[in-house]
Amino acid sequence: MIPFPVLSIITWAPFVGAVLIMFTARHRPLAVRLIALVTTTISTVLSVFIYVVYDREAAGFQFYERVPLVPPLGISYEVAVDGMSLLMVLLTSVIIFAGVFASWTVATRSQEFYALLLALVTGVYGVFVSLDVFVFFLFYELAVLPMYLLIGIWGSSGEVRPRGVFAWAFRQTGVGTKEYAAMKLTLYLLFGSAFILVGMFALYVNAGAASFSFLDLEATTFDPTVQFWVFLAFYVGFGILAGIWPLHTWSPDGHASAPTAVSMLHAGVLMKLGAYGVVRLGMGLLPEGATDLAWLVGSIACVNVVYGALSAMGQTDLKYVIAYSSVSHMGLVMLGAATLTEAGLNGAVFQMFAHGVMTGLFFALVGLVYEKAHSREIFRMGGFGRVMPGIATAFTVASLSSLGLPATSGFVAELLTFMGAWRSAHPWWLWPAVAGTFLTAVYVLRVAKQIFWGPPSPHFHHLEDARGPEWVALVLLTAVIVVFGVAPGLAIGPVDTATVPLLARIIRP
Amino acid sequence: MLTGSPTLALVVLGLPAASFLALALLRPLRRAGRLAGGVSITAIGAAFGAACLLWLRATSRAPLTSPSTSWAWIPADGEPMATVGVMVDELSMTMAVLVTLVSFLVQLYSLAYLVDEPAPSLGRYYAYHSLFAFSMLGLVLAPSFVQMFVFWELVGLCSYLLIGFWYDRPAAARAAAKAFWITKLGDLGFVAGIVMLWASAGTFDFWTLFGQAAGGTLPTEGLATIMFLIYLGAVGKSAQFPLHIWLPDAMEGPTPVSALIHAATMVTAGVFMVTRAFPLFGLVPDVLVLVAWVGAFTALLAASMACVESDIKRVLAYSTVSQLGYMMAAAGAGAPGEAFAHLVTHGVFKALLFLGAGVVIHLFHTNDVFRMGGLTGLPAVWVPFVLATLALAGIWPLPGFFTKEAILAGVLEGGFVGPFVLLAAGAFLTAFYMFRVVFLAFFAPAHGGHHGHHHVPTLMAAVCWTLAGLTVALGLRTALVGEHHPAPAWLPWLSLALALGGVGLAWSMYRRGVPDPAVVAAALRPLEWMARRRYGLDGLFAAAYRWGLLALASLVGWVDRYVVDGVLNVLSAWTLQGGDRLRRLQTGLAQDYVYGVALGALCLLVLARWAWS
Repeated sequence: MIPFPVLSIITWAPFVGAVLIMFTARHRPLAVRLIALVTTTISTVLSVFIYVVYDREAAGFQFYERVPLVPPLGISYEVAVDGMSLLMVLLTSVIIFAGVFASWTVATRSQEFYALLLALVTGVYGVFVSLDVFVFFLFYELAVLPMYLLIGIWGSSGEVRPRGVFAWAFRQTGVGTKEYAAMKLTLYLLFGSAFILVGMFALYVNAGAASFSFLDLEATTFDPTVQFWVFLAFYVGFGILAGIWPLHTWSPDGHASAPTAVSMLHAGVLMKLGAYGVVRLGMGLLPEGATDLAWLVGSIACVNVVYGALSAMGQTDLKYVIAYSSVSHMGLVMLGAATLTEAGLNGAVFQMFAHGVMTGLFFALVGLVYEKAHSREIFRMGGFGRVMPGIATAFTVASLSSLGLPATSGFVAELLTFMGAWRSAHPWWLWPAVAGTFLTAVYVLRVAKQIFWGPPSPHFHHLEDARGPEWVALVLLTAVIVVFGVAPGLAIGPVDTATVPLLARIIRP
Repeated sequence: MLTGSPTLALVVLGLPAASFLALALLRPLRRAGRLAGGVSITAIGAAFGAACLLWLRATSRAPLTSPSTSWAWIPADGEPMATVGVMVDELSMTMAVLVTLVSFLVQLYSLAYLVDEPAPSLGRYYAYHSLFAFSMLGLVLAPSFVQMFVFWELVGLCSYLLIGFWYDRPAAARAAAKAFWITKLGDLGFVAGIVMLWASAGTFDFWTLFGQAAGGTLPTEGLATIMFLIYLGAVGKSAQFPLHIWLPDAMEGPTPVSALIHAATMVTAGVFMVTRAFPLFGLVPDVLVLVAWVGAFTALLAASMACVESDIKRVLAYSTVSQLGYMMAAAGAGAPGEAFAHLVTHGVFKALLFLGAGVVIHLFHTNDVFRMGGLTGLPAVWVPFVLATLALAGIWPLPGFFTKEAILAGVLEGGFVGPFVLLAAGAFLTAFYMFRVVFLAFFAPAHGGHHGHHHVPTLMAAVCWTLAGLTVALGLRTALVGEHHPAPAWLPWLSLALALGGVGLAWSMYRRGVPDPAVVAAALRPLEWMARRRYGLDGLFAAAYRWGLLALASLVGWVDRYVVDGVLNVLSAWTLQGGDRLRRLQTGLAQDYVYGVALGALCLLVLARWAWS
């Protein structure tokens, strides 16, 4: 085995970076960026390393580390990865690595910005590698909370006109401002956390109150009633973060208001924490609860897919389009998981990865376009392809992955989800899923056409293509989309080793 | 000598792929323009050579062993869920030869046609072309439905990118998106169909599926639905009614692109797919009847629209739609071999028609046939075009005559009298509208001044002549050594008579003015009015898009913002208001607090009494 605690290094390197930035790099923006770059590079390199050396024959949890924290309560720092979390760790690394470059130009208080960003990333890594449910929850909160400051301080406000019968409430709450978005996102996610916490303790108590370890809980068979209610609690709690309808409205506002790297991380990785939580804790620990409630999860996911896509089509603000597309794609993730089939679950996990990279690229591009054109209004832009061909190309690749074109990672994820849906107990799920891909094709290509095609406007002649560090983010993400689309086995190989045993527990003869 | 087949097929596939990767990744090479073109042309030329070699081998192989070689693509616990590979049989190799040949000639022609294009965008053009050649070959060689779908979408992408090659023209941008969306509509059926087929048969692999179909082990329950859905993919790609509306607009792309993608190869993918999967379609006669009727209807409908069109490329586009209808009708009538034969000959002479039209457009800088003319003195321009027109019209001994007659025979043999009548009427119109173009564009009196140069670039002329030679050769080969169909003896004569009738009417109307075209148009006023407006189909789709889809999207967006989120904001506002009200309890006056304490104590007392008793 690996003689050094590789998962802990991956997890804590960004945190160490955050501390170093706070204490040593005051008023030295370049040092801030270099520290962030070095620490995330360490995590990224090691993520690729464990991805390569992970033993696919042996499968199961590997790179295991354990340090008891509160022995009387059975809480310990226990980390390991299996095929599923392996891919999620890789995704996190790709996004944060690109995110460091994408936020290279953050000017105001970059020291605090990077420190918070890195602390948040440690939380994300921690969630994906933790085996102890209690520590899992701590990391989960660490991932959610810095968002409040990141959006509230570095975000941007949009404009939402109060309309309809509830207009008075819009005026009172300040809809559209970044402060509103930050508060809404934080409160909503904490509301979800409450459900998770309750579910977690219910499991702990029902399993004999001896251990929070996932492995111990997994070995326990819970009472069907407990399974039902705890699964429901996990589904609502984690589902809020995964953007399930109708609890998704934090996401468009939050993602639209957040600064570029934060949108990338949040839509790219954090929403996956929600789906990951449902799959890992919900389906992993509560097989009967999952079976009982699969109809609910899948049907709401279908609403997400179609409703999210239609909402995206109805937006005129570029960031909102991308944000709503996440709602739609997270529906596909949840749908794949709810099919409880090998194809569907592999598709769901792969979709988490594919959508993470794709939406990360989208938000990086939107950030660049906004920075250059100072506009997010789709119908005020046009003809940018002539002046920023690199950005236009990357946007096209992201669009194609979004609409599930073969040779991008989005296709395989969608195909597997379709296959799972038709083989599931609810074959009708296939139709909304398929319709969603068409709607996606309509709204992404419509946006691409409006912004990048058409005659170049004299208004925008001075705009430039991406520069220096920005290229790194675009090229990296584009390459990942294409490589994993052409060779999906790279990801599905390890994922399959994790999903098959999980399903075996669910579908017992 | 079969051992080399998969390797050689991979070479055919790999050459354009390598060229695409080189052009996509090596920026200086791509921006070099003509050098990039050279790389792409060399690759596709070599692929053509390899495909010919493979074709010779594939036609002489034993039919019972599996012609596919596959590798795992999407792994799973047991067997891989999807595989990729190559399938080398006569069908795929004939198609591969056609694709590489036309690609090679069109890429060569483009060097001269796009001579004014700046170097970087010429490099981009050739990168797209290489990607297209790779994708089309991948589709043709696909041993499984899933690989076919993968490349099916990729050729759609190339079509999108090449229609929108001049992306700053609004019309091109619109046409590209329209083409993508309309074909995607059909592809929804395709992907759902193959997923359902996988669920019932357990595989995507053609050879296994055909084995199951032949052995009767393929579950037939729901098979008709599945095959109908798969057929929808072909409806989109091969421009069948009612999804044909994208193809005429696709003419916004450069003319060589129209020749290659929107006439000779990509649009025929639907016919190819139905031919390839015919062992499965053969099990569902109901779907085949639909295929035949829709094909025949499309053939006639498109032909009628071609009669009133004045844009030379659009006439050719309608004619492509119409000919695709012929092929589909044949496939539906149970004659996929005839459909495929027509696909091949049509690929050759339709490419020639487009490239010939490109020469004329190059001379006149317009697409309008009424502003052309006076080319009688330039046989280099009109001879290849007229040859191809004769082939399309179905005049003996050119290849169109034989393959079209075979289609008519096949449809009649299948017992489809209705489609036969539609197709026969279409044959008459085909000859008419094509010669209308010939007489207007080439032999009408010259229109003063307009055309700048009377020089046809050698390269363009050479490509046209090559294709013309090939057309004649294909026809003569069939005339001399081709086997004859057990068709009714009157059929060839009917076919020829319809074609000659069409030519004669066109000659009389557009050379002699008898009857005057305007008078004819007035006599057929309602029909002409409808055909000019494309029977309202484009408008219908546009309205469904604007007033259906976009309006629904705005509504959902509004509901999400002002109702779903509105409820949340109301809860939030209530919380704020509640907090605000409760805050007023804290008045800061000691008396108020004393009253409060007294009231509280009283309540506690009452509560205590009540609880005890």
